[in-house]
Formats: sequence, C-alpha cells, structure tokens
Amino acid sequence: MLLSINLDNNIEDLKKIKAGTSFKITGKIYTARDAAHKKIKEYFDGNKQIPLSFKNSIIYYMGPTPAREGYPIGSCGPTSSYRMDDYLETTLKLGVVATIGKGERKKAIVKLIKKYKAPYLLTIGGAAAYLAECVISSKIVLFKELQTEAVRELIVKDFPVIVGIDVYGNNIFNRV
Amino acid sequence: MKEIHTSRIEKEVEKLFIEANYILPDDVKKKIIESIDKENKHPLAKNIFTIIKENYEKSEKMIFPLCQDTGMAIVFLEIGQDIVIKGGYIIDAINEGIKNAYNNGFLRKSIVADPINRENTDNNLPAIIHTEIKKGDKLKITAVPKGFGSENQSALRMMVPSEGREGIINFIVNGVISSGGKGCPPCIIGVGIGGDFEYAPLLAKKALLIPLDQENNDPFYREMEKEIFDKINQSNIGSQGFGGSVTCLGVKILTYSTHIAGMPVAYNYCCHSCRHASIVI
Repeated sequence: MLLSINLDNNIEDLKKIKAGTSFKITGKIYTARDAAHKKIKEYFDGNKQIPLSFKNSIIYYMGPTPAREGYPIGSCGPTSSYRMDDYLETTLKLGVVATIGKGERKKAIVKLIKKYKAPYLLTIGGAAAYLAECVISSKIVLFKELQTEAVRELIVKDFPVIVGIDVYGNNIFNRV
Repeated sequence: MKEIHTSRIEKEVEKLFIEANYILPDDVKKKIIESIDKENKHPLAKNIFTIIKENYEKSEKMIFPLCQDTGMAIVFLEIGQDIVIKGGYIIDAINEGIKNAYNNGFLRKSIVADPINRENTDNNLPAIIHTEIKKGDKLKITAVPKGFGSENQSALRMMVPSEGREGIINFIVNGVISSGGKGCPPCIIGVGIGGDFEYAPLLAKKALLIPLDQENNDPFYREMEKEIFDKINQSNIGSQGFGGSVTCLGVKILTYSTHIAGMPVAYNYCCHSCRHASIVI
C-alpha cells in the first residue's frame, strides 16, 4: 500500500497513482490562489519572465492565517480549486506537475490533466488546524504584496492527500 | 435608559470574533461526532469526520483557527430602544473590535476594498452589520465570520407562488447537490422563505444561527426541513464530496410574510465550520 511520497526524489511517482488513492507527501510545494494566478497569467500572456520557476513544482491552492511566533504557518486548509480552472493551463505550461485543492473542477480540466500528466490532488477542506501541523516551514517567494495570497514555498511532512483526478482521466467525483 | 459605552462594545466584539473562529458551537460538534458513527460503510468518510473532530479539538487550544478562511465579518446587532450609547460611534467601535480580533487573534485578512479591482484592505474591514431595533434595554451582538467557499454555493430565486412547497424543496435540494464537494460538505443549510429580494437571503443567514438540536416549532416547516435534509443525504455526496451517507448536518428554515405575487426563496450554504458567537449586554 502506498504510504508516502518524497517529492525531492520521487515526484514522478505522482503520475502513476489512481484516483481515489490516499497517501502522504513530504517535500516542497508552492501555494497560490486567485490573485497570484491572475498575476502569473498576466506575466505569461505578456511574455514576461516570472521571477520564480514553476518547473517540476506542485501548487497548493491555499492562503493561510498569520503564523504565531514560534510556528511556521497559521491554519492552512485548501481553497476551492474550481476558481483556478481558467489559470490551470498556464501553470501547466510553466511546468507545474500537480495541483492540490478541494472540490470538483470543470469538465475541461480533465483533458488538461491527461494532456500534461499533472494529477489533481485533494486534501481535507476545513481541517486547517490539523494540516498546519504538517507544515515544517513557510516563506513568501513571490508577490509579497498579496499578503495571504502571496506565493509561498512550504516544506511539508506527511501531508495527507488523495488523488482527485488522475492522469488517465479517472475522477473521484464521478458519482454513480 | 441604560448606558452602554462603546469601549465595552469594542472589547466584546473582539472577543466574539476570536471565539467564533477558534471554538465550534456544541451543537455542531455533536453532529460531527454522530457522523463518525454513521459512516461505518464509508471508511474514507469516517476518516474525514475523525480528522474534522481532531481539527476542532486542536483549534480549541487557541493556536490555530478552525479554518484558514476566517471569513468576512458579519454582525447582527439587536439594540433595545431604551439604550443610550456613550463614548463614540457604535459602528466605529464594532469595526475597531473586528480589526483588533483579526490582528490579535491571528485571523486572516480576507477582504478586498473594491469587488472588481480587488486590493486587500489588510484589516478584514469593512464588516457587514445588520441592525434591528428591539424593545427594552438589552444589546445583543452576534458575530458571524462567514467563509466564502460555502457562501459561493448559496442561491436566491424569486419563485412563483404556484411552484409551491415541492418547487422550493427541488430548488434547494438540486442546488445543494449540484455544488457537490465545492462548498466543503458536510453542510448546514439555512433557508429563508418569503419577504422580498434581500430579506429572504437575510433570513437564510439568520437560520444558520439556530442550534441544530433546536426543533422548528411549526410542524409544517419541521417536516419540510426533514425532507430537504433527507433528500440531500440520499445523494451520497458525503464529506468533501468523496462519497458517504452524511452530506448535510442540518437544515433550518425561517419564513416571513410576502407579496401576493411572490415567493422569494434563498438558501445560505454553510460548511461544517459553522461559526458564530453572541453576547447580550
């Protein structure tokens, strides 16, 4: 049974996992949500170099509460992914290999996931205090002015995820 | 004439918004615990409910709020007409209390000044304040930090009277089911029926404040709540939309008189972090 994936060594393994499978990830992920994605797309469409490489990276759709002293981050559960649907292809073209969020996405997203082989992972909405304890470190790496919506680099340990849409197009939300 | 100083109001509002963001109401906790047992046939759902329980136990330690979306600050103010407010302007006091809560309570600043240009206000203001004048000399303040993942799954329809009870039930049930996992189920649904275009949604939001274990006094609406509740749960959407028998923790209906030509119906979707706290001064 698949338990944990180390993102530094085995990020490629994410492609192999089927929808509905629960496991944990350890390693580096970036956070970005509505405002940051809008800026990323503006850079991309304007042919401007973004001051951060997203090649071979994972984006977690999340904006945290402020960190208390002595803690790397505040509460940090996922936001609803469908709001980033229109920006997904841009991030995949920039080299993103997986996204993490919650909830269903538009039908067209399944095609993109299959084309770019970039699975959509889910984590638990509302378990924000619980997930905070899976974050070892957090630092803002882009768009600092966006505050909670800034792009952060997180190092996570045993962060629980489940594959929502896999690279074969299987979708956990397809209900009988 | 009872005097209440705005400095007291400011302090109480700060306490309420912090409390609401860290401590889940007892009636909601109870439903989550019950759900763990209900999901024996769905191990994933059972696991999620267990984690949700761990989450609220963790947040009660006052380090991490229940959810990273600490919401837009909604305030229900019930002012007895015999009260005299001393000090400053009551609205300023409420806003200051909220600002302090979101700073001192390590809560997220989630408000943009303009809905189209969208620059963060960096203090979670402005709030939305609903004021009612009551008889007497009590001041009741209810803090409702409302997250928008759930808020976005809410809806209003100006229904025709002939659509009737069945039409209302179908509108709500179909709407909630079509949201799937996006609103972060399990959900609590507040329903407002009647009033006018803006009153039905207001009733729907107020309905979210009714304790889940408090029965509707009116048997007709009690039955209707149960039917909506059962039909949503029969969808088997489950927690987070991963499948399960618990999609909805409760449905509460508030009604008001309305026009002979109308039947406004609104439902306010709330996730399992149904957060509110109140005080009577």
